[in-house]
Amino acid sequence: MFQNLGEMLLLFARVLRAVPFTWRHRHKVFEQFYDIGNASLLMVCTLSLFIGAVVALQTGPVLVDRGLAAALGGIVGVSLCKELAPVMMAILIAGRNGSAMAAEIGSMQVYQEIDALRTLRIDPVHFLVLPRMVALAAALPLLVIISIMVGWFGGALVAAYNDRIAVGFQAFFENLRDVVALEDVVHGLVKSFVFALLVGVICCHQGLATRGGPRGIGRSVTKAVVNSIVLIVISDYILTRLLLS
Amino acid sequence: MSTIAQASPGGVALQVRDLQKRYGAEKVLQGVSFAVSPGEILVLMGPSGSGKTVLLRHLIGLEEPDAGEIRINGQVVRGAQVLEHYRVAMVFQSAALLNSLTVAENVGLYLIEHRLRSAEEIRRIVSDKLSLVGLAGAEDKFPAQLSGGMRKRVAIARALVMEPQLILYDEPTSELDPLSAEVIAEEILALRDRIGVTSIVVTHDRTLAFRLGDRIGFLSAGRLVAVDVPQRLRQHPDPMLQQFLQALRGPVPQEVES
Repeated sequence: MFQNLGEMLLLFARVLRAVPFTWRHRHKVFEQFYDIGNASLLMVCTLSLFIGAVVALQTGPVLVDRGLAAALGGIVGVSLCKELAPVMMAILIAGRNGSAMAAEIGSMQVYQEIDALRTLRIDPVHFLVLPRMVALAAALPLLVIISIMVGWFGGALVAAYNDRIAVGFQAFFENLRDVVALEDVVHGLVKSFVFALLVGVICCHQGLATRGGPRGIGRSVTKAVVNSIVLIVISDYILTRLLLS
Repeated sequence: MSTIAQASPGGVALQVRDLQKRYGAEKVLQGVSFAVSPGEILVLMGPSGSGKTVLLRHLIGLEEPDAGEIRINGQVVRGAQVLEHYRVAMVFQSAALLNSLTVAENVGLYLIEHRLRSAEEIRRIVSDKLSLVGLAGAEDKFPAQLSGGMRKRVAIARALVMEPQLILYDEPTSELDPLSAEVIAEEILALRDRIGVTSIVVTHDRTLAFRLGDRIGFLSAGRLVAVDVPQRLRQHPDPMLQQFLQALRGPVPQEVES
């Protein structure tokens, strides 16, 4: 993974240089944006509902036993918006959309479509990578906002209806409102934006670096997803340190 | 106005001198030299792995040589520079159409992306080029809905949209039935006659080679063993070339000589 770091940085620099041309490729950006939302929204909601529910289920009884049941809303709220929603959604998008990007670009590379673009003087970074990265960078923070809200709702459901917890909706959300500040949500959104760029660069780079036919495409997709997840987790720690300080 | 727009119409003269390329330890091109006149069709033949496709990729700037030079109209061009100064098109062996785009979008891609014409003009040009290759009415189909021959013809139409001065064909009739191969061959000849484009055709098909080539070159192990007019090439003493010419389909067809 790290041997490709230089190439990925170069690709990212080329994407940054291409950003002023985004409007020209707006149709492709909207297409990608729609694909990401369409493919992921149901999964985002399902996953987030259960993540929120599990956090409440794990922490609720412990807090109740110690007489801290009132703090449950804040714990679910902060953990979801600062950590769980951005990381889990980024991993979901890497698996669902990042893999598709690597496969699509990889197959275009293998079947000479990217060479054909070059012979038409069309830069593959402008034509293929830029729209995907812009769409990811716009879609992931939005999905994270949806995930946070659905996750909070999932936590509140368990808090209210689990006999061992029994914290009502009102108490849950009052505590959540007291504890969760706007900057906590921004914290999560900043992370998700960075994760989106990481997933985009890694998956598009793997696609462009594909060699050797259908097996090569398979290898690229695997590497794209695995590298994305590893870098999401590593960068999550670094970002958390930076944002906390 | 772009450099491309200022380029002169008609075919270009091409000179390749001592082109060398190696991938790792493997020498893929070993001092290839030849020249092509404006409007000429040069056919390159040779066994698989002899460096024909790599040579084409150098000519269109997809690869850079380790040594040697390529001149177009006397000017040295390196790598992708060739595409900045001249209208060079390539018809890939696999056609290399973008599967997510319709036939019309594929054919008009060059004009659309470079914003060289209005949408209405692009529609008209695309329709004209598709008619030229016998695919009128196929605008809204996707590449997956086309046969191999039709895909190749769409690729030719896409190349034509650039009004090329040099066209490179990589195995234009491979995997095609004889009828489709005939249509493609007719189209290559018609293009040269109509717009005077310089053409380089890489093929394994001897009948096609002797039918199309003003001259035919034979590549073997990265070396250009012979380049000559078809009549003289048949008499060339190189044993590898003679073996290649006699292989597969028996004696070289004499009827195409006329």
